[in-house]
Amino acid sequence: MLISEFLLLGAVLFCIGVYGVIVRKNAVLVLMSIELILNSVNINLLAFSLKYNDISGQTFALYIIAVAAAEVGVGLALVLLIYRNKRNISLDELSEMKG
Amino acid sequence: MMLAQDAAANLSSGWFLEHAWLIAVVPGIGFFLILAVGKRIRDIKVGSLTIPGGGSMFGVASMAASLVLAAGTAYQWIQRVDSAGATHGALGSFGSSITGMLRAEGEGNYITPVVKSYTWWRQGGATFTIGSHIDGLSMIILLLVAFISTLVQIYSLEYLRGDRRYTHFFAALTLFAGGMLTMVLADNMVQIILGWEIMGLCSFMLIGHWWEDAANSRAALKAFFTVRVGDVGLLVGVSIIFFSANSFATKNGFGSGFDLQGINAWAQSGTASHTAILWGAVALFIACIGKSGQFPLHTWLPDAMAGPTPVSSLLHSSTMVVAGVYLVARIYPVFHTGLSINVAGSHFNLIAIIGGITIIIAAALAFVQTDIKKVLAYSTVSQLGYMMMGLGVGAWTPAVFHIFTHAFFKCCLFLCAGSISHSGSHHSFEMKKDMGGLRKKMPITFACWMVSTAALCGVPFFSGFFSKDEIIDNAHHAGYNVFWIIGLVGAFMTTAYMTRATYLTFFGKPRGAAAGEHDDAHGDAHDPHDLDVDDAHAVQPHAVAAHGSTTDDHAHQPVMAMARTVGDVADIHGDVDASDAEEAVHADDAHHAAEHDVHHGPHESPALITVPLVILAVLAFGSGYLNAAAFSIHKFTDWVSPIGGQFFPKIGEASGELPEAAFKWVNALPSILLVLAGFAVSAAVCISIYGDTAAPLKGITKRIAPLRWGYKFLFNKYYLDVLYEKIIVHGVAYPVSAAAYWFNQNVLDGIVNGAGKWARKSGLWIYKNVDQRVVDGTVNGSGAAARGLGSALRPVQSGKVNQYGALLFSAAAVAALVLILVNT
Repeated sequence: MLISEFLLLGAVLFCIGVYGVIVRKNAVLVLMSIELILNSVNINLLAFSLKYNDISGQTFALYIIAVAAAEVGVGLALVLLIYRNKRNISLDELSEMKG
Repeated sequence: MMLAQDAAANLSSGWFLEHAWLIAVVPGIGFFLILAVGKRIRDIKVGSLTIPGGGSMFGVASMAASLVLAAGTAYQWIQRVDSAGATHGALGSFGSSITGMLRAEGEGNYITPVVKSYTWWRQGGATFTIGSHIDGLSMIILLLVAFISTLVQIYSLEYLRGDRRYTHFFAALTLFAGGMLTMVLADNMVQIILGWEIMGLCSFMLIGHWWEDAANSRAALKAFFTVRVGDVGLLVGVSIIFFSANSFATKNGFGSGFDLQGINAWAQSGTASHTAILWGAVALFIACIGKSGQFPLHTWLPDAMAGPTPVSSLLHSSTMVVAGVYLVARIYPVFHTGLSINVAGSHFNLIAIIGGITIIIAAALAFVQTDIKKVLAYSTVSQLGYMMMGLGVGAWTPAVFHIFTHAFFKCCLFLCAGSISHSGSHHSFEMKKDMGGLRKKMPITFACWMVSTAALCGVPFFSGFFSKDEIIDNAHHAGYNVFWIIGLVGAFMTTAYMTRATYLTFFGKPRGAAAGEHDDAHGDAHDPHDLDVDDAHAVQPHAVAAHGSTTDDHAHQPVMAMARTVGDVADIHGDVDASDAEEAVHADDAHHAAEHDVHHGPHESPALITVPLVILAVLAFGSGYLNAAAFSIHKFTDWVSPIGGQFFPKIGEASGELPEAAFKWVNALPSILLVLAGFAVSAAVCISIYGDTAAPLKGITKRIAPLRWGYKFLFNKYYLDVLYEKIIVHGVAYPVSAAAYWFNQNVLDGIVNGAGKWARKSGLWIYKNVDQRVVDGTVNGSGAAARGLGSALRPVQSGKVNQYGALLFSAAAVAALVLILVNT
């Protein structure tokens, strides 16, 4: 079984996620990109789990899915509140933390 | 060890003996109570009785409590002595009638003291204890001090009523007695020093009680410093004894070289180095010279008259001056061994010589005094000389007995003098000017005075006879013939000067204030010195002005002014007497104004004054019968004298004689005859000099040159004060101060100025280089750096989420790259 395909898929997904985080202005899309990054990590974990025949990789993947769900929940709640205040979820508008 | 001996001898003990420390603690508590709340307490009236406020009641009550405790202690000590079955028999020989048990132990009839000792602190391997040591000597002195102090405090209630520092007076008086009790109770030398110094401090406070008058504070300082000179000897002596006796004392279970029993046993043991014990004894005796007013440090005692009369009375009878005699008696073995007392063939030793000189010179000085208190002061000095001489010739018991009897009659005499000034002579102590003929006006005072004078002179059947004559007799008996003659001459002189004082005070024509003429008449008589102090009085009712002396010869004497008050307060004015007047007006004006409205002229004192007088006069007569050798009464010897044993020298053993002389009327005859002669001669001379008739003796000291010189020599107190102040103090102080001034101006100032200049220069350099450049540079530089860094980093903080993400991931990429590079 070739492991490199899995790793390649993970790397592609990671790059797409990073691209989305850096380039997209829509907050929801940024959150989705973060999900992509997390899942690329999951794929890597699963690939090595299969290769070394070790269950702990799959266990970590399950944890990450659970944590990602919670993270998306918090993130969407923030986006919702931002929308309520600004009627807009463009990240360009959210520069109050400028130093 | 003590317990074992107690058990062996079947000696009884008791609560009072075990808790004797309370005797000294109670006045201490009284002192703090007076200080803390005394001023807030007002007089309380209960029916016709007035309980005085101001805290004086704490003083009286604590002294009374001490007296009760001391009486209990004395009673139980006597029981203890009786339980040992020890009696000295008529001949006073030890070993004749002691119990078999004690004889088997070879202890003589020595009654072991009751010692309670607590650790005070430890340092350098030495344990300093504090505790009580009750034996016959401390028992009798405790009783004496507590008794006299109680009477003096009662007397002071009246004498100092309305005084401006009434509360402080009683506080100091109580602490004074407490200090003496602490010292008497002591079981070790450190505690003796403690009590000794408390007394020194209190005597300073009390002598300078009316310190507004410069002469009073001078007298207080003089007393303090003169005694301090001796105190150096105390410290040196205690140190010498400690370092010499410590190993012996520790080895034999006495704790340390401070322990009194240890010191006494060491001095007796024969193992002591003679050099150490000699110098220890000499150093300690110097302390006693200072404290007990022995020649040549006696000069402070007469000046101590500047204090209120109750203070003089307490100080001269039982408290301060007895301390030195007590110390010698307390560690007598040290002196006995160190100064070779009673060694066969020795006719002189330091203690006896100093005591003998003191007897004669002080008695001679008493003849030229015009101040009644000064006569008594010199008489005290002279009697202290008797005590010291007694100790010096080995007459331990008579010397201690003389402390005992002397306390009563001397206290009584002083209180009589106070009574005269209080009610008879309008606050004057001048016999020649303000007294005379008072015997009819003040009968109680006169009677008490006569009884005490008889006791002081040693008239047979009065107490002084039984004690003083024993000393004289023992000096003869022990082979000290020179001191026997000195004692006899002293007895003659004592009678003579007391006759003179009595004549001037109570007989003849009333003069001055005693004749009822005070104030104006008195003032007119001294016109040249009259000083109008109306203004001073307006500001300060008790104003006392110091005044220049008429002659420079006695400029050093305390010249005190007398300010007087007249009946009408509005008409207060004072006149200042430039003579040696001692007393400053002290009492409340209003009180005296009221009093003088009722009583013009001399009158008898109120009961608070006369009752202590009568009690003391009775004791002045009766106390002698505790040890009346003439009637074979030896109670005092039985109770007090610790003869023989490990802790006390077997006096007279070396010469194989009895410890004390057996009384024979034949031996007493010379002194009795001399007393009579002294009285006869003095009375005759007094009448012819001071009497009314124009006698050939009148003004004799002015007419005949040798007599005039002698008078002047005595009047100036042998020029000892001049020697001390003008020659010794100035001789030491002036070169020292001149050298110190030169050193100050040239060396110290040079150093200081040089250091100042150098410091200024180096300061400037540091300012320029270190402060301005380094420090300020650092501070400013760090500020600038922070500002630059901030402005450089500010763009990074854009607030844009995407930029943050890019930074995050590029950092992660760099980190990954580094990781890969490092791992490959």
